[in-house]
Amino acid sequence: MSQEILRVNNVSRIYETSGGSFGRKNKVSALDGVSFNLVHGETLGIVGESGCGKSTLGRIISRLDTPTSGEIIYKGNDIAKKSLSAMRPLRKEIQFIFQDPYASLNPRRQIGAIIEEPMRIHGMGKDERRARAHELLEKVGLDKNSYEKYPHEFSGGQRQRVVIARALTLKPELIIADEPVSALDVSIQAQVLNLFKELQDEMKLTYIFVAHDLGVVRHISDRIAVMYLGKIVELGSVEEIYNNPQHPYTKALLSANPRIDQSAKSTRQILTGDIPSPLNRPSGCSFHTRCPIAVPECSTREPELRRIGAVDVACNLVV
Amino acid sequence: MAEKLLEVKNLCVSFKTRKGVVRAVNNLSFSINHGEVLGIVGESGSGKSVSMSAVMGLIKDENAEITGEVFFNGEDLLKKSDEELRAIRGKDIAMVFQDPMTALTPVYTIGWHIREQLQLHSDISDKDAKARAIELLEEVGIPDPEKRVDQYPHEFSGGMRQRAIIAMALSLNPKLLIADEPTTALDVTIQAQILDLLERLRKTYNSSIIIITHDMGVVSELSSEVLVMYAGRMVERSTKSSLFANPQHPYTKGLMNSVPRVDRARTSRLETISGQPASLLNLPSGCAFRNRCPSAHAACTEQPTFISDSNGYGAACFLLTEGVRS
Ligand SMILES: Nc1ncnc2c1ncn2[C@@H]1O[C@H](COP(=O)(O)OP(=O)(O)OP(=O)(O)O)[C@@H](O)[C@H]1O
Ligand SMILES: Nc1ncnc2c1ncn2[C@@H]1O[C@H](COP(=O)(O)OP(=O)(O)O)[C@@H](O)[C@H]1O
Ligand code: SF4
Ligand code: SF4
Ligand SMILES: [Mg+2]
Ligand SMILES: [Mg+2]
Repeated sequence: MSQEILRVNNVSRIYETSGGSFGRKNKVSALDGVSFNLVHGETLGIVGESGCGKSTLGRIISRLDTPTSGEIIYKGNDIAKKSLSAMRPLRKEIQFIFQDPYASLNPRRQIGAIIEEPMRIHGMGKDERRARAHELLEKVGLDKNSYEKYPHEFSGGQRQRVVIARALTLKPELIIADEPVSALDVSIQAQVLNLFKELQDEMKLTYIFVAHDLGVVRHISDRIAVMYLGKIVELGSVEEIYNNPQHPYTKALLSANPRIDQSAKSTRQILTGDIPSPLNRPSGCSFHTRCPIAVPECSTREPELRRIGAVDVACNLVV
Repeated sequence: MAEKLLEVKNLCVSFKTRKGVVRAVNNLSFSINHGEVLGIVGESGSGKSVSMSAVMGLIKDENAEITGEVFFNGEDLLKKSDEELRAIRGKDIAMVFQDPMTALTPVYTIGWHIREQLQLHSDISDKDAKARAIELLEEVGIPDPEKRVDQYPHEFSGGMRQRAIIAMALSLNPKLLIADEPTTALDVTIQAQILDLLERLRKTYNSSIIIITHDMGVVSELSSEVLVMYAGRMVERSTKSSLFANPQHPYTKGLMNSVPRVDRARTSRLETISGQPASLLNLPSGCAFRNRCPSAHAACTEQPTFISDSNGYGAACFLLTEGVRS
């Protein structure tokens, strides 16, 4: 029986920024009523264009940020409003991996110290820390003598392995990885993706995997959430999303993806217009300014995410 | 009448650094015809950008040494003065970089940028230049060009900035457009717009395009010809179709297999190229790919020569000459 580890209920995040006229604050709705659940051991991939709220969602679930409203039920408890100190024991279980393997490692510290840092914070003894660090270096495929090296002595792929090792120190259950392979060359990206999968099998990890590369997301995920301007517009299994996309945006995204096999080129559909700013979200269905099948009603009626066939879709015209 | 527009012969670029000499580009030779699109692929640091900067005469580093020949329309660009090169750049050869912000000055409007470009190379009044700028913005698909022409770069989105730069690059109908990762910073839907735009321009003006990218999908969408670089050397050169159908060099094969492809059945593991990207300061002797190559053998401690047919298509690997199939 698959067991639910996380349930996200109607989560929104509104940022207030300066720059509004007459000293008023601008409101950026980075996440707007996002809901989904996650089963133990699965990988949920999150795709969508820049600024659609992928990182915000990841940060909020790992409680590096607090939602403006909504619930985040982790193993039965709502952690949405938990204080920093109340979150502390859970930090072990929920780990966040950042996009940039260059920025996320302190250049002045040795790899060993970097990996041991979370264990030190959680009060583990020196010998235990050291033993675990060595075990993890091996697990992520790094040489034992990496322990004494500094980040600059490593390539991007190796640094991302260090970041992964550090995330694994406290035996996490849920890992939220925000574009963890985007900065890597394809051959190295493949190594790191394989590592993610091996570790998942071995340690029964649950992943939320953010990426903009549709090939990468398809490879790693069991289910996919497609986001547009702070909302999930389609959610379903990898097979359904890639073989039988329902939402016009999902279709456009898949069709825009540059394909190695050019035989299907004629079906390519190019969206016109720019990605709207969340500062100025279009009314009704926020995709209506670019949607190739929009009808007048779409600019006033906001579609809800609902189950249609095998997927959840938010579109007025998909029935 | 396949007339060569650009012919690069034995181009070498090296940099003296404190840690030793970095041979960033090694004996690169290739040519491109009118109306052709050449894709250059390779991992980061393989010399893609340095080789194209050398072609454009844009390497200003005192520690750089550049040798070889770069014939453009029959004249060697490496023998030209800075002034002569400036006259060619922008007019005959234009360049588009990965980060659109680096090519734009924040304090000037988009219209100013295009006008500058036009007036640098031709005698055109402010009024006509502005009209032409509006026309160009329209051509690259910027909505409300009359209004947009007076806006500043920060008022444009990333995709619009890249389109504005392409408009600048096209202002003088260049014969050759060199685009260095022009879509890497953009989202796929916007990338699709830019690729579509480049393709339309090639068709309209019969311009040649060199596109540098690490994305095999982009290569496949746009180019007819492909050049693969590894550690500063060209390791394979072929037409797009034969590259994808029948890659020759072990590095190219590895590269193709490590891409998770949307159009293939899902596998639990991706094939990988073992080891780490090449470090130019620490290359193995002989074939630079030797320490990562699944087919490496005794002969590979020597440098393999590039074996090519009369079109220049071929690869640099001993397997080709030995008739061994991996
Ligand atoms: N601290 C903040 N203050 C104000 N606005 C913010 C803040 N963090 C994020 N935003 C805005 O919220 C929206 C979503 O941002 P987010 O970083 O989640 O996007 P993303 O989907 O991860 O994009 P990318 O693919 O570029 O990483 C954006 O419009 C962003 O500018
Ligand atoms: N000014 C410079 N001084 C020293 N090394 C350089 C310089 N510019 C580039 N290089 C080196 O040359 C190699 C090729 O760089 P580049 O052409 O930018 O790679 P890419 O294929 O990613 O475009 C890299 O190893 C890079 O570090
Ligand atoms: S609701 Fe209307 S605008 Fe939105 S995706 Fe569906 S058809 Fe397009
Ligand atoms: S020359 Fe040898 S090492 Fe180099 S690619 Fe060919 S088989 Fe591999
Ligand atoms: Mg992000
Ligand atoms: Mg480059």
